[in-house]
Amino acid sequence: MLAAHGISKEVSSPEGSLTILSDVSFSIFAGDSVAVVGPSGAGKSTLLALLAGLDLPTRGHVELNGVNLSKLDEDGRAEVRAESVGFVFQSFHLVPSLNALENVMLPLELAGHAEARRAAREIIDKVGLADRWSHYPSQLSGGEKQRVAIARAFATEPAVLFADEPTGNLDSRTGANIMNLMFDLNQSSSTTLVLVTHDNGLAERCDRVLALDAGRLEPETGAAA
Amino acid sequence: MKPVAFALRSFARELRSGEVLVLLAAVTLAVAALTAVGFLTDRISKAVARQANEVLAADLRLRSQEPIPQEWRDLGAEFELATAETMSFPSVVFAGDENALSTILVVSDGYPLRGAVRIADRVFGEQHPADGIPPPGEVWADGALLARIGADVGDMLSVGELELRVAAVLTYRPDQSIGFASLAPTLLMNMADIGQSGLIGEGSRVRYALLLAGDEAEVAAFYDAVEDQLPESIRTRTAEESGERAFNAADRAQRFLSLTAVISLLLSAVAVAMSARRFAQRRMDTVALMKSLGATQRFVITVSLVQLLLLGVLGVLAGSVAGYAAEEILSRILTDLLAGDLPSPGMMPVVLATGSAMVLLFGFALPSLIQLRNTPPLRVLRHDAMPPAPSRLLVGGLSLGAVAALLYRSVGDPLMLLILIGGIIVIAIALYLVGRGMVAMLGRFRSGVGVAWRYGLANVARRGRDSAIQVVAFGLGLTVLLLLTLVRTDLLEGWRQTLDEDAPNHFLINIQPQERDAVAQLFTDNGIATPEFTPLVRARMTMINGESVKDREYPNEDGRWLANREANLSWTAQMSDSNELLEGTWWPEDYDGPPLVSIEEESAMNAGLVIGDRLGFFVAGQEFEAEIASIRKVNWDSFQPNFFIVLSPGALDDMPTTYISSMRVAEDEEPVLIDLMRAHPSISVIDLGAILQQVRGIIEKASLAVQAVFVFTLAAGIAVLFAAVQSTIDERRFESAILRALGARRRVVFAGVMAEFAALGAAAGVLASAGASVLAALVATQLFELPYQFNPLLWVAGVSAGIVTVCVSGFFAARSAVNAAPVEVLRGAAT
Repeated sequence: MLAAHGISKEVSSPEGSLTILSDVSFSIFAGDSVAVVGPSGAGKSTLLALLAGLDLPTRGHVELNGVNLSKLDEDGRAEVRAESVGFVFQSFHLVPSLNALENVMLPLELAGHAEARRAAREIIDKVGLADRWSHYPSQLSGGEKQRVAIARAFATEPAVLFADEPTGNLDSRTGANIMNLMFDLNQSSSTTLVLVTHDNGLAERCDRVLALDAGRLEPETGAAA
Repeated sequence: MKPVAFALRSFARELRSGEVLVLLAAVTLAVAALTAVGFLTDRISKAVARQANEVLAADLRLRSQEPIPQEWRDLGAEFELATAETMSFPSVVFAGDENALSTILVVSDGYPLRGAVRIADRVFGEQHPADGIPPPGEVWADGALLARIGADVGDMLSVGELELRVAAVLTYRPDQSIGFASLAPTLLMNMADIGQSGLIGEGSRVRYALLLAGDEAEVAAFYDAVEDQLPESIRTRTAEESGERAFNAADRAQRFLSLTAVISLLLSAVAVAMSARRFAQRRMDTVALMKSLGATQRFVITVSLVQLLLLGVLGVLAGSVAGYAAEEILSRILTDLLAGDLPSPGMMPVVLATGSAMVLLFGFALPSLIQLRNTPPLRVLRHDAMPPAPSRLLVGGLSLGAVAALLYRSVGDPLMLLILIGGIIVIAIALYLVGRGMVAMLGRFRSGVGVAWRYGLANVARRGRDSAIQVVAFGLGLTVLLLLTLVRTDLLEGWRQTLDEDAPNHFLINIQPQERDAVAQLFTDNGIATPEFTPLVRARMTMINGESVKDREYPNEDGRWLANREANLSWTAQMSDSNELLEGTWWPEDYDGPPLVSIEEESAMNAGLVIGDRLGFFVAGQEFEAEIASIRKVNWDSFQPNFFIVLSPGALDDMPTTYISSMRVAEDEEPVLIDLMRAHPSISVIDLGAILQQVRGIIEKASLAVQAVFVFTLAAGIAVLFAAVQSTIDERRFESAILRALGARRRVVFAGVMAEFAALGAAAGVLASAGASVLAALVATQLFELPYQFNPLLWVAGVSAGIVTVCVSGFFAARSAVNAAPVEVLRGAAT
């Protein structure tokens, strides 16, 4: 359901063209959880951006739910995201002027959900923030912010959830709780999960691990189960 | 979800979070300035329009220095026109020992033929239209007159030999002068009383008028019939002609007010542009996030436009309310300067200000928002991913278009508009360069100061472009305020100083020949130097070198006016001390040849007259000719009786002559003047001191009103500062956090920020002081022909005002950045 077909990404820099990703191909099946690992600068975030259609590859193409993202313009890709993609970011990216509930409502409203408020309340209860829904991001702790972000990501019941270092800004205990929450939701809603992480422990909890090094995909060593 | 509905909902959230407040404030301010000025000019022009139709109190007026013969009145009746007669002249009015100069308006039944006189039962009482005219034995007096002489309704006033009862307060008459009230307030009396007043004698300065009104066609027919038959001495005026003049005066006032509005508007535009940029930058993350969550470009831009529109609506509402309140205050300041009461303003200014605000908002804020549409969604992962900058052509074109559209309304003429816009661009670039220069200069002080100042000055230099704009915005507002406060008093003081200590402070006019001895005696008896009497003959110039003055070509309009108006002639054997001979020769003291004439330099130039030209005059039925023998320069500031046209001895013998005189009367000697006025009611005493006082009062009030308008300019400057600080607030918060994390105490960081504002304020103050000095020098030397004196106080005031205003506003704008806890700021990069 999510496939990379020989994708490469090059950017121009003062020293000439710089290759960030080079000829990466793989397929991910619905409901899978996949970890993307690798050292800093290996191209993990770039790969995530390309898979989610936030950016386009220089060569090759990405197929999401059978749609070739390279054939769509920016608005077309936005519609695909609205329909079937959710995000959890390292730095949370909550809208500071919206409270927790309103942040969760945002993608529902964008997708034209009829009962955005009710649906958002349900999911915000699920992530354990029932009594914090009216708080603004500045009034929430890091862990609470990430719970709001996760609630937001799952609110539209996306087919694919992209998580970019979701625990990177959290202490290890809060991080562990957040990951438990994410895996639980992932399993209960049979969402496909693509997780970029430095954390080998986290990677091992996924069905598959894609290891990147200097823009190239290393041969898969086998999945943890 | 529909973008409009989403925009509405999220706008409420934006407002709650305070994100849009600076932009809202900038729009509000622009609208407030525009509506305040708009309301005021609307009121003034309504007052003018109302008066233009009534300004003659008739459809047609015949006016003369002599009684208008009955035949014209009879002819008017033949054309089925309504008629009324008026006489007006200056005279002193007494109430007990108090007295004041007044314009006596004597009217016959039927006055006014157009418009209505309004009266009140007491001073500042509610006014109502009057029924007819005051009955014989009663008068209606202007409130200012009653105030000056300490009288009230019901009191008796002495006018000439009459004792008249004040029956009502005169609040409005249709034919009062437009705009700034005439110096002498009006006393309205019945024509039946004038015979016993003893006020009218030969050569009195009385203006007689015959008012006519009726059906438009009949008036036109009458006018056609009499136009060519009327004697030289009778002038006609139609309501249209009067209206035109009134409009011209009001138009100039309006243009001036518009100019102040335009300056405030331009500064508000800068504030709007800056805060819109900040608004857009703050929204960039949100837009990127919305796009990553699936929002389309159209969705993003629709949301932005709707929100911008909402912002405009809110700004217009708040600005209109503020503008209306400000206008109320302004019109209160102006109310006794403008003749008559001001009609209430209409809603037009709100409509225009709304339009302007929207143009401003979309012209200056739209480019930033268009840029938002192109925010790459990738920004959610890589914060350095930025939308491409909006095209300079788009930004420049839109904002320039907006300014042009707004200016077009107040300027009207496309060529003027081009010149104005060119001027604005040139001045803006020049000012900006000056601002940059000042910012660069401030940077040089960096090495010699402490850590706080170094940090502050470094900030000024680093944000060079914004700093320059702030310096200029503040500098402009301050320039005008300085010019108006300090320079105004400087100019008045300078003028006072040019007056001789012994300069005459009273004029006597309208002294009959037979009164001269008695007047001289009265002064001598009281130990005051015997005044000199200067003869005055009222005449009309008819010919220049045998050619009618009406047909002649003149170098300019002033010349035509000079040759065609009623002239005051005098004669003297010796040239006055206050005159200087420029050309020709002065006649010998015992000259008794054919009439010679001496002309004042500027009049000669304007009318194109040279030595040897022959001037024909018409005086009370006699005609004579005189040859120009000399051209003089006159020092009008001497306050001596002086004339444009002076004749040789003998030329005016046997003509109806009155005398004028000027003298210095000390304050404790003034009772002599009261005795004089009681003994000789037809003599008018003009108190120059009182007039100077009044002129001063008018200038004070007018400039106060102008200053009130320019407060908006300063407020716009503050808005620019707020917008500028807001646009750097994240950066400032971060810097402050880093400095404090490195061990700087909050006080040090704060001192640094204050140092930055103090430096900006000082630069703005220097710019303003320099600007005000140059302008003041120009005004003094070019406009008033006074020597300009450098005033060091101006610089002290300018620089301190700059530092104080910028520091105080900066303190409120930036304190949150300094106060934020460093740990939160440094960690809070993640939201």
